[in-house]
Amino acid sequence: MLEIKDLHAKIDDKEILRGINLTVKPGEVHAIMGPNGSGKSTLSSVLAGSEVFDVSAGEVNFYGKDLLDLPAEDRAREGLFYSFQYPVEIPGVSMVNFMRTALNEHKKYNDEKPLSASEFLKLMREKKKVVEIDSNLTNRSVNEGFSGGEKKKNEIFQMAMLEPKLSILDETDSGLDIDALRIVANGVNKLKSKDNATIVITHYQRLLDHIVPDFVHVLYKGRIVMSAGKELALELEEKGYDWIKKQFED
Amino acid sequence: MSSTGIDKTEQIYVDLYENNTTLLNRVVSDAVSQQRDKAIELFKSNGIPRRGNENYKYSKLEPYFKEEYKTDFQHEVFNQNLDDVFKCEVHDLDATTIYLINGWYYRKNKLPASLPKGVVIGSFAEISKSHPEIVEAHYNKYAKNDEDSLVALNTAFAQDGFLIYVPKGVVIEKPIQIVNIMHSSEDLLAFPRNLVVIEENAQAKILLCEHTLTESKYLVNAVTEAYVAKNAIFDIYNIQNQHNLTTCVNSIFVHQKEHSSALTHNLTLHTGTTRNNVYVDMAEEHCESHVYGLYITDKNQHVDNFSFIDHAKPNCYSEELFKGVLDDKSTGAFAGKIMVRPDAQKTSAFQRNDNLLLTDTAKMNTKPMLEIYADDVKCSHGATVGQLDEKSMFYLRSRGIGKDEARILLMYAFAYEAVEKIRVPALRDEIKELVENTFRGELDKCNSCVLCGSEASSQYTCM
Repeated sequence: MLEIKDLHAKIDDKEILRGINLTVKPGEVHAIMGPNGSGKSTLSSVLAGSEVFDVSAGEVNFYGKDLLDLPAEDRAREGLFYSFQYPVEIPGVSMVNFMRTALNEHKKYNDEKPLSASEFLKLMREKKKVVEIDSNLTNRSVNEGFSGGEKKKNEIFQMAMLEPKLSILDETDSGLDIDALRIVANGVNKLKSKDNATIVITHYQRLLDHIVPDFVHVLYKGRIVMSAGKELALELEEKGYDWIKKQFED
Repeated sequence: MSSTGIDKTEQIYVDLYENNTTLLNRVVSDAVSQQRDKAIELFKSNGIPRRGNENYKYSKLEPYFKEEYKTDFQHEVFNQNLDDVFKCEVHDLDATTIYLINGWYYRKNKLPASLPKGVVIGSFAEISKSHPEIVEAHYNKYAKNDEDSLVALNTAFAQDGFLIYVPKGVVIEKPIQIVNIMHSSEDLLAFPRNLVVIEENAQAKILLCEHTLTESKYLVNAVTEAYVAKNAIFDIYNIQNQHNLTTCVNSIFVHQKEHSSALTHNLTLHTGTTRNNVYVDMAEEHCESHVYGLYITDKNQHVDNFSFIDHAKPNCYSEELFKGVLDDKSTGAFAGKIMVRPDAQKTSAFQRNDNLLLTDTAKMNTKPMLEIYADDVKCSHGATVGQLDEKSMFYLRSRGIGKDEARILLMYAFAYEAVEKIRVPALRDEIKELVENTFRGELDKCNSCVLCGSEASSQYTCM
């Protein structure tokens, strides 16, 4: 579904991604790990359509479409979901209004009928259960005054509502306590199917205890320097990143 | 300069006054007429505010006053069926609704029989004669003719408007909706004059909707005085939804007695040039006043909000919030004066003005002016001018919400804080919808206005 070829991206003339190659197929879970500043978050926001970065070379193919050619909203409507490391607080925009607008824009794009108010509320009730999100949170403004854990749960809730084909979870585990981590991971696992895929970006092994990856990639200095099965995550947990740094110093 | 030593533009109004005094006086009582001469003299000596006038620094109004207008001093009963020419946007509101045409009380207004005893709602002119005691006690007692020559000009020409009197202890639950419709086949000048008296322990809420219905040019210079007695509660929400050929100067003077609470809210959704003045006198202790505003402008519109909160006595509370969303080449101004007099210890006064500029060409001038002469007070002010937040934009777009829709959501989110200040829930819901429609460009601002989308007059469009 997703094919990244030789992707380069920079910000203010500083090259952060220096040739990424990655292929993701339906049903797969990929973990991308790596030390700070290796380009993990850049990769995910470039895929999501952030205009902060300049893509200088490479291509990204998503279900036969040139992803880099699409504005952020169309990438979402094509089935890409990006869970933010730092979800944005938007006072004055209610969760209900936000989600209904988003969902109906998806429907419009795909030539489907918009949901009625009652259908929407029903769907929202169902999905809230999946992520064990507090009812009150959805009555408030988007992320306003949410705790770190609530914000992350809210990301997964939105993912449940939008039913993406590919989800990119950017450091979803950061700032979560054990219980919140379990809830978030459970949510992701419940939404998993043979037709969708997940890219989990993380620093640590602990999220991968709950969301078990099929592939683990190590990103270092803007390149994927190593790919293996889930055992690589354990090795990294044990040995840290220094041996990788040493091996791929240039 | 003319031979009398005043400027040409001022002379137009002095002449207009001298030629129409008899006509002006015919409809009102002496209590109203007697105020005119002094007012026109004040106008003459102070003149229309020009560049040098600090309080009007960012609004050049004189050119609008120079243009030619017809007057409606001899108003005839509006003989069309109102329903045929006007549909109100605030539709499902459960309210007592009355209409004014060009500032004149519409004679076919029907008041509900259920109004509490002693309540007077009606034509300012008629009531000045039928209830002289109300007008004598309050008329022109609060308007500051000497501080603003345009207020003096209104006093000189005042004929009609609405008058609302709520006797002691009476609470009018339903909002009173007053719809002022500017309707004329020719360019028109109008001086609506309104008076509200809320006696002790009484309560009333007013929703004032101002519309322009025909494509003529309008210059409206309105004054509303409100007396809010001990323990009384009074709200006035003014929705301005007028076309681009409108120049509107709208002044409200609130005079508060102890333990009273007053709220003014000017919502400028569409206009040509608007200047709102809000003066609040907290003349006794333990008053509470809320002064709010929201302005949404585009094209070449200009909105200027001026407020003067006078903390004359101790233990009073005031809160001001003005928010603006400015698009295209529109301009805005805010000046908020808070006066804390030497006597006014334990004053709490808070002021804020936040603005969102959507383009590089929109412009906002904002100026807090605090004068504090007491030493045990809590006062704060803040002003911001900013753009739409890029991070929020990206967040919304990453969920599949298109750029335009995301913009509307964020503009509404910005304005929301000001809308939330409306303390009548039913009204709040209605106005929320109006504001959202304004951002969507779906507000039916002119009904029969032919300027909408007409290419012949490219200088003025409604959208």
